[in-house]
Amino acid sequence: MMNISNSLWGRFILVVLFVAGMAACKSTENTKTASSTPEKDSLEELYWARKDSAKMSFTQADVKFMTGMIAHHAQALVMSRLAPKNGASQQVQTLAARIINAQKDEIQSMQKWLRTREQPVPQIEINGLILSITLDGKPYTSYRKMRGVLAQEKLEELAAARNKEFDKLFLKYMIQHHAGAVYMVENLFDTDGAAQDNRAFRLASDIQVDQRTEIERMRLMLDKLQKSS
Amino acid sequence: MAALMLISYSCATSSSSMEEMESTKTNIKPLSQVEAPTPDPRVGLEAGLFDAEEASWNMTMVAQKRPPEKYVGVTNSDLAFKGKYAIQGNYNGFLIWDISTPSSPKLVTDFLCPASQSDVSVYGDLLFVSGEGLGGRLDCGTEGIDKKVSEKRLRGIRIFNIDDIKNPEYVSNVQTCRGSHTHSVLKDPKDDENVYVYVSGSAPVRPSEELPGCSDAMPKEDPNSALFRIEVIKVPLDNPEKAEIVNSPRIFENLTEAPNHGMSPADAEQLAQAKEEGAFVAEIGGQPRIIPDRYVQIMLKQVMKEQGKTGEPTAADSAMLRKKLPEIIAERFGGNDEETEGPQRGPNQCHDITLYPEIGLAGGACEGYGLLLDINDPANPKRVDAVADSNFAYWHSATFNNEGDKVLFTDEWGGGGQPKCREKDPMEWGANAIFTISEDNTMDFQSYYKMPAPQTTQENCVAHNGSLIPIPDRDIMVQSWYQGGISVFDWTDPNNPVEIAFHDRGPVDSTQMQMGGSWSVYWYNGAIVNSEIARGLDIFKLEPSPYLTKNEIAAANTVTFEQLNPQGQPQYDWPATFALAKAYVDQLERNNGMSMNSISTVRKKLTKAENAPEAERREILTDVAEDVKKQGNNSSQPQKIRKLRNTLETLSTK
Repeated sequence: MMNISNSLWGRFILVVLFVAGMAACKSTENTKTASSTPEKDSLEELYWARKDSAKMSFTQADVKFMTGMIAHHAQALVMSRLAPKNGASQQVQTLAARIINAQKDEIQSMQKWLRTREQPVPQIEINGLILSITLDGKPYTSYRKMRGVLAQEKLEELAAARNKEFDKLFLKYMIQHHAGAVYMVENLFDTDGAAQDNRAFRLASDIQVDQRTEIERMRLMLDKLQKSS
Repeated sequence: MAALMLISYSCATSSSSMEEMESTKTNIKPLSQVEAPTPDPRVGLEAGLFDAEEASWNMTMVAQKRPPEKYVGVTNSDLAFKGKYAIQGNYNGFLIWDISTPSSPKLVTDFLCPASQSDVSVYGDLLFVSGEGLGGRLDCGTEGIDKKVSEKRLRGIRIFNIDDIKNPEYVSNVQTCRGSHTHSVLKDPKDDENVYVYVSGSAPVRPSEELPGCSDAMPKEDPNSALFRIEVIKVPLDNPEKAEIVNSPRIFENLTEAPNHGMSPADAEQLAQAKEEGAFVAEIGGQPRIIPDRYVQIMLKQVMKEQGKTGEPTAADSAMLRKKLPEIIAERFGGNDEETEGPQRGPNQCHDITLYPEIGLAGGACEGYGLLLDINDPANPKRVDAVADSNFAYWHSATFNNEGDKVLFTDEWGGGGQPKCREKDPMEWGANAIFTISEDNTMDFQSYYKMPAPQTTQENCVAHNGSLIPIPDRDIMVQSWYQGGISVFDWTDPNNPVEIAFHDRGPVDSTQMQMGGSWSVYWYNGAIVNSEIARGLDIFKLEPSPYLTKNEIAAANTVTFEQLNPQGQPQYDWPATFALAKAYVDQLERNNGMSMNSISTVRKKLTKAENAPEAERREILTDVAEDVKKQGNNSSQPQKIRKLRNTLETLSTK
């Protein structure tokens, strides 16, 4: 029996991925001199004033959506981080790396959305399989009841799976997880006055289209895996 | 007053006062020798709304117009062109700029009528505007709508008559179930009475209480589901108020393609060479991959250990590993299951469709797939090919090359609001993918292109809208990358896209990400027009460089249109001009298609002909055409020689 450690292969794939990704980026130095600090002219003042007032056109439903979606996304990070260690196939590892990249950025956008509207911002701490979220200094646990969120024992089941079994379980759970996010967006749009704010409309729409697309891709991958066994 | 710093890295050295020197002194270089400025001046630009630091290379900003007060702080979106006007969408309505003097565009009309994204197109006197957001009102009111169901809501297409450019007249609406995120206008060459509008919507489906018949059930449960289809609106040109949906084709059904395209030719070549050199190659995730030496060494040791051997691996051990490799890999990665899949439903919408009526094809960027559609029957587009790519998150838009034998798809990863050009974001993600189109309309992947300068986390950056620049015989595109700026690149060789010009600004804000950057940048009648989300409208011109000569730019400027919607791609056709002939000569020099002696002779004669009286000019041109013809047999570029000769012959009869 061959015994090549999982993490080694995980690293191999990651190395392949990131070397390819970074090859064309050059690290460069800034050679420019600082420009003078200009006085803010009236049109610029109007721009910032309008940006400020646009922030006030939100509803409690938008706030609830952002707060919940941050937690929802955070669990996707916990799940995706397992892929390299658990012997996921190259395709699933690529998918997981993309989910981490995309959802991390979206979490930051949603946190920023809440912060600039002076709403409580959920803080996330991930320690292996333990996801702790605090809101206003208090533990925030109601996200666990949201659609698509995995119960802790399911997370543990996923964490214990290896190789092809992991791939199958990961795809199965992530499809459910994504479908939950799509449902949350639909629910938001189905609420009086919600998603009127352009930023909220865009964030929610983007989450919806990205996750729908990924669900489709994951279904194809899962179909293929199931047929082969 | 804001201090504007412009850092220009133009490689242009030609002096216009010394025209005659052209024949002996050139600075033309092949694209394999492109020297981009280092360090990249786009890195580390200072932030600012109207006073951000800027960097450019081989292109110059000739005008910058801020948005008018009612529109500032509201997103500027797509562009369309009619005559001397650029029409700019804005989430608050649309703006019409007179750009006849590119260095001083003038705002002639602003029309307040809020609805995101206000994607715009023109046909004749008609202006089409997309509405998708929930706050768009039928009466163009600015107060929004705070009910989930409302009879006052507009989601779909608005139609205006802009015959009187200063007083647009609101003609009608066509409401659609998902609203209109984008749309494309199709003029059927066989039909002079109608135009067709293909509508793509990506927001959730409206409740049926608001628009009867709208359903977001799966098609299995409801055959009239608004999912998994696009809408085709027919607009009678004499009666635009009678515009209506005539078809909702389900172009996605039974997609069976695997979610992966093959290797690029460059990768395939590298793999073939590695195999020849005895490298260990294994199929991982359905694609052959070269196994790095250090892993081969580890596996070799394992194989030996299994057989109780120690010491240095021998040829026999190596052979054993080669034999066992597929098994090891299968165990490790779950094998390579490339069995055919069952019928799939495919994506449920398109983001954008680029129509190229002259070749009868459209490129549909539809969620997880890039589609090729046959549009010869405009109301019934048919899918002829589909590609998918596991590196692509969200297929956003398509651009064909002029010949129609290549297509470039963009991936708007993260929806355009995320910073996807950071140093560690992979160059295959949020990039362009270039495909060739074969005779039987199948697409083959060639390579990726992504704007190469790393951006900050304060800059939303991903591939976005662009258009071809009509440089004869080359595929050159100018493209928006949001706050990653504007990139001009040559993709004539689909395996080696090369950047040849750029412009970039620092972030809108240095402390947090504000939506900004280039939404759309298009070439139109000699100008490069940029819709900047936060900053307004910019106009650029190209500067000559070793990679794009003054003559090539002059030839591009001879191609003009009465109107342009970049999503309804026009075919470029170059009139026979001295500029075109000189552009071909420059290209022959760039790619060694003719000896320097002959090139020099042709240039001298062309200059002489240009300045000669008519009769003599004809004589000289006929003579040069003969010279060029003789070169044809020995040239590595017989097609280019033929194009040059044809141009000279046509010129000589003018």
